[in-house]
Amino acid sequence: MKIKEDNLGGRIFNILNYAGLTLLFIICIYPFYYIFIYSLSDPVEAQKGITLLPAKVTLNNYIEIFQLKNMFHSFVVSVLRTAIGTGITVFSCSLFAYIVSKEELPYKKIIYRFVIITMYFNAGIIPYYLTMKMYHLNNNFLLYVVPSAISAFYVVLLKTFMEQLPPALEESAKIDGAGYFTIFTKIIFQVSTPIIATIAVFAAVTQWNSFIDNFLLVQNPKLRTLQLVLFEYFNQASQIASASKEDLARGTVVRKITPETIRMTITMVVTLPILCVYPSMQRYFVKGLILGAVKG
Amino acid sequence: MAKSWVSLRKGIIGKKKSRDGAILLWMALPFILLVFAFSYVPLFGWIYSFYNFKPGIPLDKTPFVGLDYFRILVTEGREDVIRVLKNTLTLSFLLILCSPLPALLAILLNEVKSKRFRKIIQTTTTLPNFISWVIVFSLAFSMISSEGLVNKVLINWHIIKEPLNVLGNSGTVWPFQTAINIWKNVGFGSIIYIAAIAGIDNELYDAAKVDGASRFKSIVHITLPGISSTFFVLLLLQVSNILSAGFEQYLVFYNSLVSNKIEVLDYYVYKLGIVTSDYSYATAIGMLKTVISIILLFSVNYISKKARGTSII
Repeated sequence: MKIKEDNLGGRIFNILNYAGLTLLFIICIYPFYYIFIYSLSDPVEAQKGITLLPAKVTLNNYIEIFQLKNMFHSFVVSVLRTAIGTGITVFSCSLFAYIVSKEELPYKKIIYRFVIITMYFNAGIIPYYLTMKMYHLNNNFLLYVVPSAISAFYVVLLKTFMEQLPPALEESAKIDGAGYFTIFTKIIFQVSTPIIATIAVFAAVTQWNSFIDNFLLVQNPKLRTLQLVLFEYFNQASQIASASKEDLARGTVVRKITPETIRMTITMVVTLPILCVYPSMQRYFVKGLILGAVKG
Repeated sequence: MAKSWVSLRKGIIGKKKSRDGAILLWMALPFILLVFAFSYVPLFGWIYSFYNFKPGIPLDKTPFVGLDYFRILVTEGREDVIRVLKNTLTLSFLLILCSPLPALLAILLNEVKSKRFRKIIQTTTTLPNFISWVIVFSLAFSMISSEGLVNKVLINWHIIKEPLNVLGNSGTVWPFQTAINIWKNVGFGSIIYIAAIAGIDNELYDAAKVDGASRFKSIVHITLPGISSTFFVLLLLQVSNILSAGFEQYLVFYNSLVSNKIEVLDYYVYKLGIVTSDYSYATAIGMLKTVISIILLFSVNYISKKARGTSII
C-alpha cells in the first residue's frame, strides 16, 4: 500500500534532508580523515597542503613517533589503564548489581540508595585532589583504576537488566549447592553479555580518554598517559619541539619530521583505538542504552 | 511431632536465609567501602573551607576562620566571581538554547527512508562523543586555527586575505565553544530521542496517513508529543547542571587571548586551588557550587513532580 506522499513539498524536503545530513556527516568525519591522511603523508609534502588524498604515503611518521622519548611507554600506560580499569569496573559494577538485586540482602534499599545517590553530588575538584593525596594515590597507577571501580550509572543499568532475568536460571544451580559467587560468575555474568558489553565499551572509552586525574595528580613521567602527552604537547609545544630536536641531535630521529606531523600522528595514535572498536560496538551500546532507558 | 518438624524446618530455612543475607552483606561490603572512600570521604574536605588550610599542617593546628572565605567571596573576590559566573551561565544558557537540536536530528533521521544511510549518519555523528576533549582540541586546531586547513583553503580561494583566528577570538568564543560542544554531543544526544520515537505506536502514523495528514503534520502532531516528555526531563536536568559548564572543554581550549570569556566556575576553582594553592578559598567556592546545584536539582524535580506527576531522579 503506497499512499501518495511524494508530492513536490515532500520531495524538496527529502532532498534538503539528505543534503543536510550529508553535510553533517562531512563535518563529523572529515577532521578525522584529514588528520589520518596527514599522518600518512610525507611531512614536507603534507605541509604544502593536502585535502583529500595523502601525499607520498609513508608509515615512517608512526615509526618515528614511537621513537620519541617516553612515547611508547605512555602508550603502554594508556593500554594498561584501559584494560585493567575496564576489568575492575565491569567486575565490580556487575557483581555489586547482582548483590543488590537479591531479595535476601539485608538493608538492600539503603545500600542501593547509598550508591545511587552519588550520581547527584560531587565534592568538587579540590576535595577530590586532597583526598586522593591523603590516600597516597598521587603518582600511583592505582589512581587510574581504583576510584572508578563503582559507577552508579552502570550499576543502575546492570541491576535493571539482572532483575529481568528469569529466577529459574539460578534455581537449579542453587539446588546443586552453588554459592552466590559461583552463580554470579558461571551464570549471571554469562547471560548478561549484552549489557556487560555496553558497559565495557563505555568504561573502556572513558578510561582511554581520561586525563584529568593524570593531569592533576601524577607528575611521574613513567605513569603519563597518551592523552596527557598530547595535551602537554599543545601546552608546551616549544618544550616538546626542543625535545624532538634533542632526539634529532642524538640521531634517533633520522628523517625530518615537522611539528604538525608529530601532532597529527600522536592524535591519530590516540584516536585509532577508538575508531577501531567503535563501529563494531555501536550496535551494543545503542541496544544497551535503549534497554536501560526503557526499563530504567 | 509433625508440628515441631515444621517449626524446625522453618528454623533451618530461616537460618539459611539469614546466613545467605550475611554472605551477601559481606560480599557487598568492599563495594560499599569503595563508594564511601571515593564519593563520601571527599565531602569531608568541605571542612577545609572553614579553616586556613595549608598542606602539610594537620587540621587541629590549622587556624579556624569560620565564614571568612565566604566573606571574601562577596567582597574582595566579588569581581572575579561575577566574571566567571557570567561566563558559566552564558555558556550553559547557550547550550540550553540548543537543546532541541538532538531531538531535531532524531526527527530528521527518522524521516530518512534508506536504513543504510540512516545508520551511516547515526554512526558518524555519534563518533565525536567518544573522543576526549584533548582530541577535539587537536582536531579543531588542525582544522580552524590560524595555520589550520580552513584558513589555508580560504586564502587559496582568495575569500580572505588574513587568516581568521577563531580559537583566539574573544568576541566569538561563546558561540564557537557552543558549536564545538554541539558537534561533540548532538549525535549521541539524539540516540535517546530515536529510542523515544521508536517507542511511538506505528498505528498512530498509519491512521494519520489514512486521514490524509502530511508528513509535516504527522511530525507535529505525533512525533513531537511522543518525545516531549524525554525533552522535558533532559531540559530540567540541564537546568540543574547550569553551574557545571564543563571543565575539560575549557581547560583544553583555554588561552590567554580568550581567557576572560572562557574562564568558567570549575576552571576558576581549579586555578585558585591547584595552581595558586589557595585550597580553602577554592573549596569554599566549589562547595557553594555543589550545594546550589543540588538545590537546583531538587527544585526542578519538584517542578517535574507538580507539572508531570513523575519525578526525574
